[in-house]
Amino acid sequence: MDLSTTYLGMKLRSPLVCAASPLSQQLDNLKRMEDARASAVVLHSLFEEQLRQDTAELEDNLERGAFSSPEAMSYFPEVDNYKLGPQEYLALIERAKQAVGIPVIASLNACSAGGWTRYARAIQDAGADALELNIYHIPTDPAQTSADIEAMYLEIVRGVKSELTIPVAVKLSPFFTNFSNIAVRLVEAGAGGLVLFNRFYQPDIDLETLEVRPNILRSTPMALRLPLRWIAILYGRVQASLAGTSGVYFGGDALKLLLAGADVAMLCSVLLRDGIRQITSIERELVAWMEKHEYESVRQLKGSLSQMNCADPAAFERAQYMRAIISHPTPSAGPS
Amino acid sequence: MTDSHPSNGPLFATIDGNEAAAYVAYRVNEVMAIYPITPSSPIAEWCDQWASEGKPNLWGTIPSIVEMQSEGGAAGAVHGSLQTGALSTTFTASQGLLLMIPNMFKIAGELLPAVFHVTARTVATHALSIFGDHSDVMAARSTGWAMLAAGSVQETMDLALIAQAAALRARLPFIHFFDGFRTSHEVAKIQLIPDAVMRELMDDDEIAEWRGHAMTPDHPVLRGTAQNPDAFFQGREAANPVYDICPDIVQQVMEEFGKRTGRHYKPFDYVGAPDAERVLVIMGSGAEVAQEAVEFLNRRGEKLGLIKVRLYRPFDGERFVQALPPSAKAVAVLDRTKEPGATGEPLYQDCVTALVEHRLDGPGGSRQPAVIVGGRYGLSSKEFTPAMVKAVFDNLAERTPKNHFTVGINDDVSFTSLTVDPEFSTEPDDVIRAVFYGLGSDGTVGANKNSIKIIGENTANCAQGYFVYDSKKSGSMTVSHLRFGKQPIHSSYLITRANFVACHQPEFLERYDLLRHLVPGGAFLLNSPCSKDEIWPRLPTPVQKALLERKARFHVIDATSVARASGMGGRINTIMQVCFFALSGVLPRDEAIDAIKESIRKTYGRKGEEVVRKNLQAVDNTLANLFEVPLTGGVNGAGGFHPPISPDAPPFVREVLGELAAGCGDELPVSAFPRDGTFPTATSQYEKRNLALDIPVWNEAICIQCLKCVAMCPHAAIRAKVCDPANLEGAPPTLKSAAARAPEWKGMRLVLQVAAEDCTGCVLCVEVCPVRDKTENKRKALNLQPQAPLRMAERANWKFFLGLPELDRRKINPTLLRQQQVMQPLFEFSGACAGCGETPYLKLLTQLFGDRAIIANATGCSSIYGGNLPTTPYAKNAEGRGPAWCNSLFEDNAEFGLGYRISLDKQRELAGELLRKLAGSLGDELVAALLKPSETDEAGIAERRARVAVLKLKLQHLDSPEANLLLSLADQLVRKSVWIVGGDGWAYDIGYGGLDHVLASGRDVNTLVLDTEVYSNTGGQMSKSTPRGAVAKFAAGGKPGRKKDLGLIAMAYGNIYVACVAMGAKDDQTLKAFVEAESYPGPSLILAYSPCIAQGIALDIGASARQQKMVVDCGQWLLYRFDPRRAERGENPLQLDSPPPKTSVLDYLLSENRFKMLTLSKPESARQLFAEAAADDADRRKLYEFMQSRTFKAQAPEPAGQKIPIAAESPGT
Repeated sequence: MDLSTTYLGMKLRSPLVCAASPLSQQLDNLKRMEDARASAVVLHSLFEEQLRQDTAELEDNLERGAFSSPEAMSYFPEVDNYKLGPQEYLALIERAKQAVGIPVIASLNACSAGGWTRYARAIQDAGADALELNIYHIPTDPAQTSADIEAMYLEIVRGVKSELTIPVAVKLSPFFTNFSNIAVRLVEAGAGGLVLFNRFYQPDIDLETLEVRPNILRSTPMALRLPLRWIAILYGRVQASLAGTSGVYFGGDALKLLLAGADVAMLCSVLLRDGIRQITSIERELVAWMEKHEYESVRQLKGSLSQMNCADPAAFERAQYMRAIISHPTPSAGPS
Repeated sequence: MTDSHPSNGPLFATIDGNEAAAYVAYRVNEVMAIYPITPSSPIAEWCDQWASEGKPNLWGTIPSIVEMQSEGGAAGAVHGSLQTGALSTTFTASQGLLLMIPNMFKIAGELLPAVFHVTARTVATHALSIFGDHSDVMAARSTGWAMLAAGSVQETMDLALIAQAAALRARLPFIHFFDGFRTSHEVAKIQLIPDAVMRELMDDDEIAEWRGHAMTPDHPVLRGTAQNPDAFFQGREAANPVYDICPDIVQQVMEEFGKRTGRHYKPFDYVGAPDAERVLVIMGSGAEVAQEAVEFLNRRGEKLGLIKVRLYRPFDGERFVQALPPSAKAVAVLDRTKEPGATGEPLYQDCVTALVEHRLDGPGGSRQPAVIVGGRYGLSSKEFTPAMVKAVFDNLAERTPKNHFTVGINDDVSFTSLTVDPEFSTEPDDVIRAVFYGLGSDGTVGANKNSIKIIGENTANCAQGYFVYDSKKSGSMTVSHLRFGKQPIHSSYLITRANFVACHQPEFLERYDLLRHLVPGGAFLLNSPCSKDEIWPRLPTPVQKALLERKARFHVIDATSVARASGMGGRINTIMQVCFFALSGVLPRDEAIDAIKESIRKTYGRKGEEVVRKNLQAVDNTLANLFEVPLTGGVNGAGGFHPPISPDAPPFVREVLGELAAGCGDELPVSAFPRDGTFPTATSQYEKRNLALDIPVWNEAICIQCLKCVAMCPHAAIRAKVCDPANLEGAPPTLKSAAARAPEWKGMRLVLQVAAEDCTGCVLCVEVCPVRDKTENKRKALNLQPQAPLRMAERANWKFFLGLPELDRRKINPTLLRQQQVMQPLFEFSGACAGCGETPYLKLLTQLFGDRAIIANATGCSSIYGGNLPTTPYAKNAEGRGPAWCNSLFEDNAEFGLGYRISLDKQRELAGELLRKLAGSLGDELVAALLKPSETDEAGIAERRARVAVLKLKLQHLDSPEANLLLSLADQLVRKSVWIVGGDGWAYDIGYGGLDHVLASGRDVNTLVLDTEVYSNTGGQMSKSTPRGAVAKFAAGGKPGRKKDLGLIAMAYGNIYVACVAMGAKDDQTLKAFVEAESYPGPSLILAYSPCIAQGIALDIGASARQQKMVVDCGQWLLYRFDPRRAERGENPLQLDSPPPKTSVLDYLLSENRFKMLTLSKPESARQLFAEAAADDADRRKLYEFMQSRTFKAQAPEPAGQKIPIAAESPGT
């Protein structure tokens, strides 16, 4: 069975890629991902904001109470080698490249104009095969227009792309007025691939403590539906790789993304929940289905059920929503 | 440390005395056994840091550094290390040196070459002092160690090496000492000793020869024999030749050192006129001051001389006499110590003896002055100035000079003091002298140290910096004294004539006369939110007058706004530093700015690009916001200075403590002070510090009256009272009250009141308030509002509140926090850090038992905020009762507290015996009632007090010796609550042996361990309580081992009440533990989790309770109570009060800098140690659950309170 696919210009032995997750912080896990037959790995994101926060916190903590007593002019030992910059991340890229044979894709979330290009260059220099830009922006200013926001995204991609020779993918949220439009423009700006979609951690309210808390939930199989739709719509319309992420738990989920037009399916929650070895069983399920349905290669099935190629293009549009409502069974009134 | 090496010349560095000593000690030793003690701790910290960075010594190896449990342990370890052939050292001071003395006798007796570097510090007598004098090294005189005294930072480096080389050659141990703080903490530009020079002086053959003498089974010997009258004496005399040649060896090494460095020393260095008639003899930093004075006076035509004593032991009398010019007619010997009852202080006695024994007649004449007198100066770092030196010389010029005098104080009791001319100054005009007033944590001191380095590195100038702190840990004022000049600076005293004065905190201007030392035409820089056009009329009137009189150049900057605009938060240090360089002219302005920027890149580079960027931004923003204020306004200021002490205070507090608080303590005469160190309690109430910018304001409408805010307030600045509505008549209009919610108090009013002027603004009360406003969730029943507009109204409210009657303690359920917290705290307004995690426990102790408590307090934070002058926090109730408090030492606190118990019990026993004897006169009923065991509840205590009052009345009418004796003992019939209080450094480390013995004694003592898991007071060194993975000094790579389980060890005895509490996590459990511990008639131990600034948490913004909750919720700190009385009843004595962990240990660890910083410095170690820490917690939980699951059978009446005999004397003597 030929599982090979091409993503960001890189030939991969299968369409199963490990998405950015905390698992990739440890080198051992990267090796285990390769052993479990992942075809590429996206490292966890380098968050510029986190680096800045760490720096500010450290500065604050080391200075607190300093020189306020003749007996204690400081409360911590002097340390000269804090790893406050991206050094640890860059070192991980270097070590990952030495440790595994599969492509290593770095991920970057920066919060300043200079940060995107500075860190992107460093990541390329450290040997990453590609870079995924994790653009994370929750607009809260009512005065900011959607055009402003889109322009900002495009500027980031242009800026980073102008500095790099390695391919650049963009991981996006679905929250755009016309997603197809921004997708096309991002590709024009230099994005070699689109990763659909970024999941934001949504806040929750604790009813007991009446506190607002970030609530970290793993994706559910239902989350697959959103990337599935947009990959199907974008397939053939953008000249870029498409990666589907969110809600891939079984071989069938990956297949659906591929049929819709994805070049790769990215795995995250399933690995956090069931372990890295789950990649192997997803591949096994993928192969079993393809054998059963007599497909010879991933290339063959990729995009075959995209909006462009499927028998019912309208199924990916709003009309299907109406039918779904109409066909939904009415709940019973329950026992009287 | 930054080295500079201009054009292949000498290598310079701008460092302090401690670093200078460490620089040499680290290079020439292989083993260091260390223990923190002020002011020597930084020497060990430097060495530990260099070792953790992998820095090699002279022989290319990284010295082994081990922290011990006490100085006694450190000396023992060094002794063993020396005997087995490793070059070994330690660093200490004061009590620490005294603890080393037993081993020092051994080390000297065995002729082992070592150097102990000692920051000479006052030994505690009537009071503890962390400051400098020679009482500690003088106490070690008899050990047989050689002693070398350094007087400056340069000499500290030089003599550190000379001592080491001489020790090896002479085969004798050396104490190398320099003055605590004055030299140990003075920053100066000095020449470094090149490694090559050290290598040459450390003779390999001598080292090899000594090492060949070490103990080894390959050629075994026996040392440390026991000898009898037939042998010991001769053996002791056998070493005499070693001492005889030691001075020659020291001289020889000094000469070798001089040849290589150009810096020449002698055992006795003479400075001054060759034909001097009056000569001063002195050692330490005072010699520097004396040199400045002698040279100044000789330039005016005097003929004065000075002998600087370098080699104090062995005291070479002949050399000393030879050092005196034959012209000397009168000699004064100054000692920085006091030996009460002696015929004179030690150096004086040595000099007198030398002159008697070595009458030298030579070609120049006889060296036998007609007069020799001795005097004392500078105890506990009391200022020693050229004016005082002049006073000593003036005394020598008298027909009958005063002997055994003092200088620097006004002794109006024994009239020993010399008169000093306060106007006399030797400060040269070409020295720039700058004084900066800052707040402890505002970065002023750090920035000034940085400025000294910048000037030291970028100019040929000599530089000196010295830093003075006030006695409080929160809101403390720091005063930086900086000098820069072309010539070497010998001025080891504070600046009193400043060219430049800077006030970094505008509120200081209202409280202190900051301009008193500004010279005419000098510059005054003020950080103020007021603009240059607004500032003048807002200045206090005396400040306006001083500026006008001195024709000062006055500049103002709103540094706080500039800091915020530059992204620096509230940190103004860089901004004020730029202003100093811009105004002082010490460097050309552009050059200075470039140098500051370069220094920022160097200093902050390790903390990340962002910090560097912000600081550079701040530099650029500063000059545009620095404005000169023209002195065109008249005297129209905002009034005088605020009094430091309330005018309502009693006379002693006002006239003595008030002067100390105002910074004028040096002016107080001897007669102002008690002879035995006894001071009144309840004095902190009179020192209104107004530290809080915002204070809590009560919303009585939504308050549920849980009183958690009152319980957690570290400063007793928020309190509750319950009273009859009638009591509120005449209350100030803004005083708030609410109907008391407790059913028992129906119809009464509850008043929750803030002491606005005592609050530190730590926000903890707001943080712990569980109430949420239903319409605006962020608002609570306490909300912050700016203090200044509320100050006057709240002052009146507080006064009224204090006048409300206390609720009858018999009406309060002491185990319900919401009731118990109306009890009056008898610990208030301490100088502890804002948000301190320790003080709420002490406050609780005093609320519950304060009126009958007697406290033994180990040295540490709790003894400093508990007992540091000027004002102290232990208080009294309306009857005049309150905790009696004493600090003995660090190492002996448990034993000291046990002493209380034994004494009180004995007196009570005697009172009982007398009662029985006098029963006929006193009445059987009264006697029988008083002979019954004491009640432990409030009703019982009140009843017993009433009976004792009756007894005393009756006794006053019985005129017999027995009745009089019983009268003096009658109060002992009311049970006293003995508390032994200290930190983890005491309980887990230095005092553990004693604590263990006291707990095992079975006596009724209560032990409270304020466990911050680190040596907090000395600046965050690792203790055995430090948890695995925490970064601390001496554990820069994270503590590798697990925390000692002191509670488990204590529980093993079976008859000790043990509780582990965290008030911020579970206050009701804490309360129960205190009540149970105190009521238990045997020993009790409470381990109280105490968040501390040294853990790297934001205590000053209320983090204490949150961190306590986190540490308990994740299972890292277990709450439990172990009550032996339960075992008597057939119940398991252990009650685990912590539910199973519900949060992740890792989340907790990452919330505190002590752990998180390891992820930034050594991420791999962090991962491993944190995983191990989580495993520790799980293991411990399992063990405790197992212990809790064991079944018990009811026992015969228990050994609770049973007396286990205490060994009368230690075995083996």
